[in-house]
Amino acid sequence: MYFLYSITALALLISFNINKNKTIKAIKMAYKKLAKISPAFLGLIILISIVLYLVPEELISESLGNNNNFFSILLASFIGSITLLPGPIAYPLGAVLLKEGVTYMVLSAFTTTLMMVGILTFPIEKAYFGTKVTIARNALSFLIAIIAAIIIGLFFGEIL
Amino acid sequence: MKNKLIKTGAVLLYIIFVTLSFIFGYNPGKQIGLNFASFTMEMIKLLPFVFILIGLFDVWVKKEFIEKHLGKNSNPLSYLWAILLAGPIAGGLIAAFPVAYSLFQKGAKMSVIFTFISAAAVCRIPMTLFEASFLGIKFTLVRLLVSLPLVIISSILVGNFLEKKDYKIMKG
Repeated sequence: MYFLYSITALALLISFNINKNKTIKAIKMAYKKLAKISPAFLGLIILISIVLYLVPEELISESLGNNNNFFSILLASFIGSITLLPGPIAYPLGAVLLKEGVTYMVLSAFTTTLMMVGILTFPIEKAYFGTKVTIARNALSFLIAIIAAIIIGLFFGEIL
Repeated sequence: MKNKLIKTGAVLLYIIFVTLSFIFGYNPGKQIGLNFASFTMEMIKLLPFVFILIGLFDVWVKKEFIEKHLGKNSNPLSYLWAILLAGPIAGGLIAAFPVAYSLFQKGAKMSVIFTFISAAAVCRIPMTLFEASFLGIKFTLVRLLVSLPLVIISSILVGNFLEKKDYKIMKG
């Protein structure tokens, strides 16, 4: 996050030095855009707060840890799609699962869908790009995650 | 209008539920309330800065520039730009959507927008480093080498399809 803060501060500083009025206009636009989209973000936060309660970390490790076949890839992709774990939680969790014997392909399915497919971010994506685009992008991302998982499985000698 | 009413009702119901949970000590409701607070903090730490950068982008970057490099008549390098642009994005998809929308408003084509969003999900630099240190560099490399080409190909297919159908993106 500090990277984001420094970049924003630097950009503001440079912009302000070149043109004060334009910079003020930029901040006004930023505020207007943020205000306009904030109801969608409120929806997102409410959804996350509920799903995080219903699908805790323990449940995730339990569901992924059992067996390792095509079904687990699907299950992992499904769990990755409905949850929204920040990276600093997701990857250490992945490392623990790996030690417990979960395969690379299942982990790949989980982390890729976690990052790419967002059922929870649906309200926001829809607000920007409309329902059709949102569904198309998420469905394709799900497919990509599964293909990537299978290739990872082949590469690490986990299938065949 | 009716849709808005339902949404407001749901939010009110949520607030009442969480408040009552805290008053009567109902644990699941309290947990949900705490989750809400912590995620709200995350968003407050992220969104204002992302939107200020978007504001600066809107003011300073010329439409012609984006059209030339990321627009309908840009060359295949545009996908590379989209991926590089997504690399340093903080906050993942949540931050990528508004940025992508600004790019779109400035004339970037759909396939580039799709590539940008997916790349922000798949290969952000901070996350990739994190992943590699926890799951191994081999895992990360294979995952990137497999998913990036798939991302570009599917983005081109879907993007061109939507543009041919003249799909209109809503106002954000």
